[in-house]
Amino acid sequence: MRQRKKLVALALVSALALAACGSDDSNSDTTSGPGGGKAGGTLVFGTSSDPVVLDGAYVSDGESLRVIDQLFETLVTTVPGGTEIESSLAKSWSASDDGTVWTFDLQTGVKFHDDTDFNAAAVCFNFDRWYNFTGVAQSAAVSYYWSTVFGGFSDGATPSLYSKCEAKDDATAIITLTAPSAAFLSGLAVSAFVIASPDALTKYEADKVGGTDDAPTFDGTFGTEHPVGTGPFKFDSWTPGDKLTIVRNDSYWGTKAILDKVIFKPIADGPARRTALETGEIQGYDLVDPADVAALADGGYQILNRPAFNVGYVGFNQAKPPLDNPMIRQAIAFALNRQALVTAKYPEGAEVATQFQPPELFGWSADVPDYSYDPEKAKALIAESGVTDLTIEFYYPSDVSRPYMPDPTANFEAFKADLEAVGFTIVPKTAPWRSGYLDDVDAGNAQMYLLGWTGDYGDPDNFVGTFFRTPQVAWGFDNQEIFDALTKARDTADAAERTKLYEAANKLIMEFLPGVPYVHTQPSLAFAPGITGYTPSPVSLESFATVSLG
Amino acid sequence: MATVQEHLQSLMGNRVVETAGSSLTRETWRRLRANRIAMVGGAVIVFFVLVAIFAPWLAPYDPRVNTWFDQIRPSSVPGPSREHWFGLDESGRDLLSRIIYGARTSLVIGIVSLAIGASIGAIFGVLAGAFGGWADSLVMRVTDVLLSVPSLLLALSVAAVIGQSQTAVMIAVAVPNIPLFARLLRSSMMAEREKDYVGAAVSVGIKRRPLVMSHILPNSLGPMIVQGTLALATAVIDAAALSFLGLGSADPGVPEWGRMLANAQRYLNVAPHLCLIPGFVIFITVLGFNLFGESLREALDPKLRR
Amino acid sequence: MFKFIVRRLLLLIPILLGLSFLLFIWVRALPGGPATALLGERATPERVAQVNAAYGFDKPVLEQYVKYLGRILRFEFGQSITLRKDVTDELLRRFPATVELAAAAMVFAVGLGIPLGFAAAKRERSWVDSTAIVASLAGVSIPVFFLAQILKWIFALKLNWFPTIGRLQPTRELEHVTNFNLIDSVIALDWGAWVDTVKHLILPGIALGTIPLAIVARITRASVLEVLNEDYVRTARAKGMSRRIVDRRHVLRNALLPIVTVVGLQTGLLLSGAVLTETVFAWGGIGQLLSGAVLDKDYPVIQGGVMFLAVVFVLVNLIVDVLYAVIDPRIRVR
Repeated sequence: MRQRKKLVALALVSALALAACGSDDSNSDTTSGPGGGKAGGTLVFGTSSDPVVLDGAYVSDGESLRVIDQLFETLVTTVPGGTEIESSLAKSWSASDDGTVWTFDLQTGVKFHDDTDFNAAAVCFNFDRWYNFTGVAQSAAVSYYWSTVFGGFSDGATPSLYSKCEAKDDATAIITLTAPSAAFLSGLAVSAFVIASPDALTKYEADKVGGTDDAPTFDGTFGTEHPVGTGPFKFDSWTPGDKLTIVRNDSYWGTKAILDKVIFKPIADGPARRTALETGEIQGYDLVDPADVAALADGGYQILNRPAFNVGYVGFNQAKPPLDNPMIRQAIAFALNRQALVTAKYPEGAEVATQFQPPELFGWSADVPDYSYDPEKAKALIAESGVTDLTIEFYYPSDVSRPYMPDPTANFEAFKADLEAVGFTIVPKTAPWRSGYLDDVDAGNAQMYLLGWTGDYGDPDNFVGTFFRTPQVAWGFDNQEIFDALTKARDTADAAERTKLYEAANKLIMEFLPGVPYVHTQPSLAFAPGITGYTPSPVSLESFATVSLG
Repeated sequence: MATVQEHLQSLMGNRVVETAGSSLTRETWRRLRANRIAMVGGAVIVFFVLVAIFAPWLAPYDPRVNTWFDQIRPSSVPGPSREHWFGLDESGRDLLSRIIYGARTSLVIGIVSLAIGASIGAIFGVLAGAFGGWADSLVMRVTDVLLSVPSLLLALSVAAVIGQSQTAVMIAVAVPNIPLFARLLRSSMMAEREKDYVGAAVSVGIKRRPLVMSHILPNSLGPMIVQGTLALATAVIDAAALSFLGLGSADPGVPEWGRMLANAQRYLNVAPHLCLIPGFVIFITVLGFNLFGESLREALDPKLRR
Repeated sequence: MFKFIVRRLLLLIPILLGLSFLLFIWVRALPGGPATALLGERATPERVAQVNAAYGFDKPVLEQYVKYLGRILRFEFGQSITLRKDVTDELLRRFPATVELAAAAMVFAVGLGIPLGFAAAKRERSWVDSTAIVASLAGVSIPVFFLAQILKWIFALKLNWFPTIGRLQPTRELEHVTNFNLIDSVIALDWGAWVDTVKHLILPGIALGTIPLAIVARITRASVLEVLNEDYVRTARAKGMSRRIVDRRHVLRNALLPIVTVVGLQTGLLLSGAVLTETVFAWGGIGQLLSGAVLDKDYPVIQGGVMFLAVVFVLVNLIVDVLYAVIDPRIRVR
C-alpha cells in the first residue's frame, strides 16, 4: 500500500510539475513577427456560438456573418464604422433615369480563393442563383435577406424586385429591377449578397438544401468545407464546437491582411469569455456582458463600442385585449421606469429610446410624445379606460443574450414590478429563444413580449418599415394610415423629403403606441491591450484584415 | 443473482436490516444520540425545516419586492450591509429574505417529489415482493431500465417533455426515486417473507394484506427513512441542477436556491456573494441531510456495531 | 465462464429494448403529438403534414416502432434540429472528449480516494476517520456546477494556474486521429500538446471527480473495515504475521474487489455529472451537446444522446460484472 501511495503521489507531482513547465511555450504562437512590429501572428477571438453555415445566402445570424464577412465580399459595402455606402467589388455604379437599370463597373484582376476569375459572369451567376431558389431554400429561415430586399423568386409566387442580370463584358454587370428602389443599393451591402465562386458553388453542391421550412439542412459541403470567396482571408478548417480557422489570402486584390491567422473559438457564456480573455486564452471577444465592462476597462483591457444601431422594446399584440385599448397601452408606457432599468443594467453609452429607431439614423424625430415615468398618470389612465381585467401574459426569452437585451430576465423582472405597482397582474411566460420564443411571437401567441432589433443597413425602412409597414400577426393591428405613411416614405426618391416623411411617421407611430421602445445600446467588444485596427460597425460589418497584434 | 451491484449495496449498507421486531427501537435512538455527526446533521435538518415553515416571520423583507433597484449598477451589486445582512440580489431584492423563502421552495420540491417517487416506487416494490412471480420479474425489468439511465439524465429527459415549470421539476426529480424505492421495498418484502412468523401466520389463515400492512411495512420503515433522507438531499441538488440548466418555473421572481445560483453566475467576478451564498446554503443543507441519513443507516445496522 | 457472459449479455437485451421503447413512447407522448412537439407553437396544418411525411408519424404505430427499432439498431438517430448535423456522427465525434474527461476524473477519484479510505479505515474511530466520513459526505453534497465555478474562479482567474475553456489551447494544432487528445499527441510526438491537454483536463477533472472521490473513499473504508475484521485476518495476525504483509496479501486484495467495481458503477455518475461540468468549462463532449439540446428541445439529439449514454453505462456495468466474476469465482457459481 505504501508503494502504491508513493506511486500515486509521484504521478501527481510530476503532472503538476509538467503543467508548470508547460506554461511557457503556450503563447509562442502569438508573438509578433520579425521586426517586433505588426506583421503576422495569430489572433484567437471568442464568439458566442458556432456559425450555422458559411454561405451568405442562407444565413442571418451574427456568428455566421462574422466569418462570412472575412472570406467574402459584396459589390458595395459600408464605410468602416458607419452606414454610408462605398465601393467594394464594384468600382463604381450608375442608375438609369427611371431607377430600374443599375450598371456596375467591377474591379479587374480579382481572383477567387480557388484561383478562378471574378468577373461579371460570376456576379450574374450569384444573383441568378438566389433568384432561382426553390422549395425550402425560399423559406424565411433560409433566404431571409433576399426576401427582405427583393421580395419574390423566379417562380413568380410573389412579385420580385429583381428582373435580370446581364454580363455586358468581363468588368460590367447590369442588374435590372422591376421597379425603382431607393433602398436597393444599401441592401446590396448586406452580407447575404456576397459573391462566391461559381465553380465552388457548383462543385460542392451549395444548392443542396433539405429538411423542412423550419429546420432546413444544408447538405452540400460548400458552406462547411469550401466557402470560396474573394475576401482578405481564406478558409482553413472548422471543427464545430471547437474552433474555426481562417488564414490570410496572400493574393488578395486590395490591401492584404496583417494577421497570418484568425481562430474563432465558440464560448457560449459571456463571463466565460471574459475569463478566457483575462487568462490569455483568447485575445478578443464580442458581446461583452455589461457587468464585465467596467472591470475589464479597469484591468487595462480595451473596450470598443459599436455605435448604437439597435432598439430594445416591449411589444404588444393588440389582437389580445386589453392591449387593444390605447389608454391601457399608454398606461403601460407611463408605468415602465425605463431610465431606472437602463441605469441599473446597461453599460455606459446606452440611452433610453423614445421611438423605434436610433437617433443616429435619419428620420428620427425629436417631436414624439413624451412617455417619461409617471406611475400616477398610469393609474389615472387605467381608471379612465374602464378596463377591469388587467391580467397580461408577459413573455421573455429564457436563455439568450442580445446586444439590446443582455439579461432578459432582469429586464422582465424590473418591468413586471413596475407594472404590478400600478395595478396590472402579470403572468410570466418564457421559452428558449431559438426553439419556441421567436416562433411564439411570430405566430401571434405572445400577448406582451420583450424583443428588439439590430439594423442591417442604414435606412429607416429597415427599422420601422420592417415592424410597421405591413400588417403582422405579432403586432396584431391594422392601421392603414401608418402602413401608407411608411410605404410612401420608402418609395420616395428625394432624400430630404424622405427624412421629413419618416419623422412624421415616427411621430404617428409613437402616438399609436404599438409597443414601448426602451433602449438603444452600444454593444461592446473587448480586446487585449496592444491589439489595434479593429473598427466596430453599427451593422456589425467588421473586418479583421486591418487588425494587428500591436 | 448475486451481482456486483448487490455486493456493493451490502457494503454501502443497503441490505435489509435483520432485527427481530421493529427496527426503530430505542436502541437505535440511543446510538444516534451518541453519534455527534448524526446530531449535527439532525440539527441542520431541524433548522432548515423551521426556517422553511416560519419563513414569513423570519424574513426581514418581502422576497419579491425590488425596492432597492436603484442601487444596482451593471458592475456593482451591493454586498452584505447592516440593512441587508446578505446584501442585495441582481434585481434589487433582499438576498437574506430570498434565501429564507428559498428554503421553503426547496423543502416543498423535496417533499413533493419524494412523496411521489417513494409512493409509486413503494407500491411497485410491495407488489413485487409480496406476490413474486411474474409481477416481480416485471418490476425488476422496469427498474433495471430506469436505473440504466443516470439520474440527472432521466430527470432532464422528463423535464424536457413536460416543459418549463415548477411542477415539471418536481416530477422530473421524483422519477429517479421510483426504482430506488421499488427495489428497497421489494427487498424488504422478500426478506420478511422468509421469516418464520409469516409462514406461521399464513398457515393459520391470516390474509396477506393485513399481514403486509401491520407487520412487514413497519419493519421496512427504517431503511425507508434512510433512503428518504438521502433522497431529499438528492432532490435539492437535482432541482438546483435543473434550474441551472434553465428549466424550472417561468417566473424568475420565485425564490429558489438553484435558480439564484444560476443567475449569479455572470456576476461571479463582480459580486461573488450572489453566487457563494446560495451555493453554500445548498451545500450545508444537503450535507446535513446526508450526515443524518448516513448516521441513521449505521445506527440501524447491527453488523456495523462493534 | 462463457455461459456466464452469455447469460449476462442476454439480460442486456430486454433492458435496451425496454429503454428504446421508453424513448419511443416519450417522443410520441409529448403534448400535441410528435410533430407539434418538434415544431412548437409554430405548428400550422401544412407544416405538421410536412413533418409527419418527413418523419413518418402518420403511419400506424406498430409500423413506426418497427422502423424505429431498425433505425436504432443501425444507430441512426436522425438529424439534429438545431445543429443540422447527423446525430450519430456528432455523438461519435464528441464521445472521446467525454471519455477523456471521465477518465481524468476517475484517476483523480481513485488516486486520492483509495489512500484516503484506507487511512481512514486503519484509524477507525479516530478524528481522522470522522473527518474522512464528513469530508466524503461533503463531497457528495456540493452541487457540481457550483464547485466547477468556484474552481474556475480560484485557480484559473485569481491564480492563473490553469486554463478554463476547451480541451486544447486554440492556437495549438493537433492532428485528430482518434480524437483522444492524449493519444493523438503521443502519435504526433507532440510533447507540448500532451502537456497542454493535461493542463486542460485538471480543473474539469477535479470538479467532475469530487463526488466519485467521496464515494470511492467511503467504499474503500467500508470494504477495508469489513476485511480487517474477517476471521482469517485476525488469525493471521494472531499467528504473528507482520502487519504489513497481512495488509498487502490479504486485506488489500480482498478489499480491492468491490473498489474495482465502483469504477464501473461510477460511470453513471460521471456521465450525468459531465453534462454540468462540460457546460461550465465549454468542453466539446456529449454533456455539452445534451444540455444545449434540452433547452432547444432538440429531440433527436436528446433521444440519441440518452440512448447512447445508457448503452455505454450498461455495457460498462457488464464488463465490470464479468471482470468481477473472473477475479472472484465465488460469484460465478451463483
